[in-house]
Amino acid sequence: MYKISTDHLTELFSSISHDRALYMPIEKNGQVQFDRWMEDKKVRLDALNTVKSPKDLFFPQSENIVAFKIKGKNISIIENRDESEPFVVFGVRACDAASFDILDMVFLQDPVDTYYKARRDNGIVVTLACSEPEETCFCSVFGIDATNPSGDIATWIVDDMLYWESLTEKGERFTETIKDLFESADFLDEEALKSHKEDVEKIIEKLPLHDLSLDGFNSEAMDEKFNSPKWEELSEACIGCGTCTFICPTCQCYDIRDYDTGQGIQRFRCWDSCMYSDFTRMAHGNPRTSQVERFRQRFMHKLIYFPTNNDGVYSCVGCGRCVAKCPVSMNIVKVIKAMGVDENV
Amino acid sequence: MCNCNHSADEALIPGLGVVTDIRVDTPDVKTFRVNALDGGVCFEHMPGQCAMLSIPGIGEAMFSITSSPTNTKYMEFSIKKCGCLTEWLHQIEVGQQITIRGPYGNAFPVDTEFKGKDLLFIAGGIGLAPLRSVINYVRHNREDYGHVDIVYGSRSKDDLVAYDEIIDEWCNEDDVDVYLTIDREEEGWDGHVGFVPDYVKELKFDTNKTAIVCGPPIMIKFTLAGLEELGFDKTQVYTTMELKMKCGIGKCGRCNIGSKYVCKDGPVFRCDELDELPDEY
Repeated sequence: MYKISTDHLTELFSSISHDRALYMPIEKNGQVQFDRWMEDKKVRLDALNTVKSPKDLFFPQSENIVAFKIKGKNISIIENRDESEPFVVFGVRACDAASFDILDMVFLQDPVDTYYKARRDNGIVVTLACSEPEETCFCSVFGIDATNPSGDIATWIVDDMLYWESLTEKGERFTETIKDLFESADFLDEEALKSHKEDVEKIIEKLPLHDLSLDGFNSEAMDEKFNSPKWEELSEACIGCGTCTFICPTCQCYDIRDYDTGQGIQRFRCWDSCMYSDFTRMAHGNPRTSQVERFRQRFMHKLIYFPTNNDGVYSCVGCGRCVAKCPVSMNIVKVIKAMGVDENV
Repeated sequence: MCNCNHSADEALIPGLGVVTDIRVDTPDVKTFRVNALDGGVCFEHMPGQCAMLSIPGIGEAMFSITSSPTNTKYMEFSIKKCGCLTEWLHQIEVGQQITIRGPYGNAFPVDTEFKGKDLLFIAGGIGLAPLRSVINYVRHNREDYGHVDIVYGSRSKDDLVAYDEIIDEWCNEDDVDVYLTIDREEEGWDGHVGFVPDYVKELKFDTNKTAIVCGPPIMIKFTLAGLEELGFDKTQVYTTMELKMKCGIGKCGRCNIGSKYVCKDGPVFRCDELDELPDEY
């Protein structure tokens, strides 16, 4: 393990950004988002959740797929995908880091999505352990340890020291290139970090959603949960705005569309939302005509369908963004509480 | 395997095909013959599989491949005019290039469960399109299968897809019985009149057959009920489904029902498998 004084972080960032793009939580117009670091940017490593998750570094909100030129009856195909460059994303929280594993289960499964894979291959994920988890946090429910985040490299900030530990070969190779900036952590540092983690664990244990139970959310319960009369009441307030899907680190449904650039046709893909009425609409009809059906689909997918296909892994990481951002205060926590085994939690 | 310039490493990037023949089947169905630019088929497929066709700038959508894989000269798609892309396709002329990618989805188990069985095909309207691929595959490998019954119905005689092939070829085949029906009486039609599900019940088929059903959702629903009344078990009945799709590879999320993605786990399902899915299709 290495360490660097937080007073020298600018040097660290400057050195990293020398030969690759560096992204981290940056405040702009009062909102903290993952953005490209530059010396004059307002870095906010204290911010817990960025407004959007960092998923768009791997799965951008919109990206070019392929272009076409049309001449009479003839078509020519022009591969013009957005090139992916080597980059580092710094300050990813444990929940968001876990979401990358979930996105991998979708995009890296055969046939591999080469647009996503190129960015995964080019990106180095440097996580930052949480020091002050908030009341909306519930990553522990999904077995995620906010004090020991995954990623290629994990970091911890304790007082005025940042600790740096490579977790993967990729992380190690990268660390080698900048190791002159670090000092080696010693026994006392290890002790300080251990004690810091214990303090944070105590906070996590006392979080209001720490005891949320996922009992009963399994493939055997598919029919029972799907047919529950509670969806009606739970979805009543949903305005179908799709905010939850866009800020969600694990939502990955997408649309593919074409537009006329004036010089040809550009085919692109963009984030889409199962909360929208045209998501499943076909020329001959729509299998989900009401918001209750669309609302049910989103949560059934995260809590039942996805785990059924992925060894029990839920498609939620407990980041709490939907808890904080839904304009009608409906969220996955309320669904889990209402639909779970212990309905009176 | 593929000779249509298909990008080898990315599923979402299509190849090119050219429309080499257009047959007007019904007032709203045309059958498009598609070749790779240098001739032949764009890729190999099995009966029941689908392809993503597109006219860039108009849209891309999933269509079942109606030609049998035993036809290596060209691929065919029977397409009903019912939305933006299909309306556009109905206006194109021979020589028009289109983009094509696939094959997608599973296939009917023609080389396993169907082998040696008596087969009962039941189709309504444009629902014949995916079944025609199986029927012609079975006809081409006739010795591998038992007796074949085909029940096919449409609104009117003019709405029967692939009518000439049915009359000239299927009806003249040994050990193949074809039962056509139309919804309402009309002049010049001396065949059966009535809905497909009722006709299936009237025909009182033996239950020692494997049934393959495709048509509008309502027709499928009543036909399945009718087959059950005749004593068919759900494990003897197959159907093929249609849902909105964008990627075709189980990632974009649109065709998700329960833990299945129709584009990759389907479109072909045995009816007992359908029972395990939420009722949302």
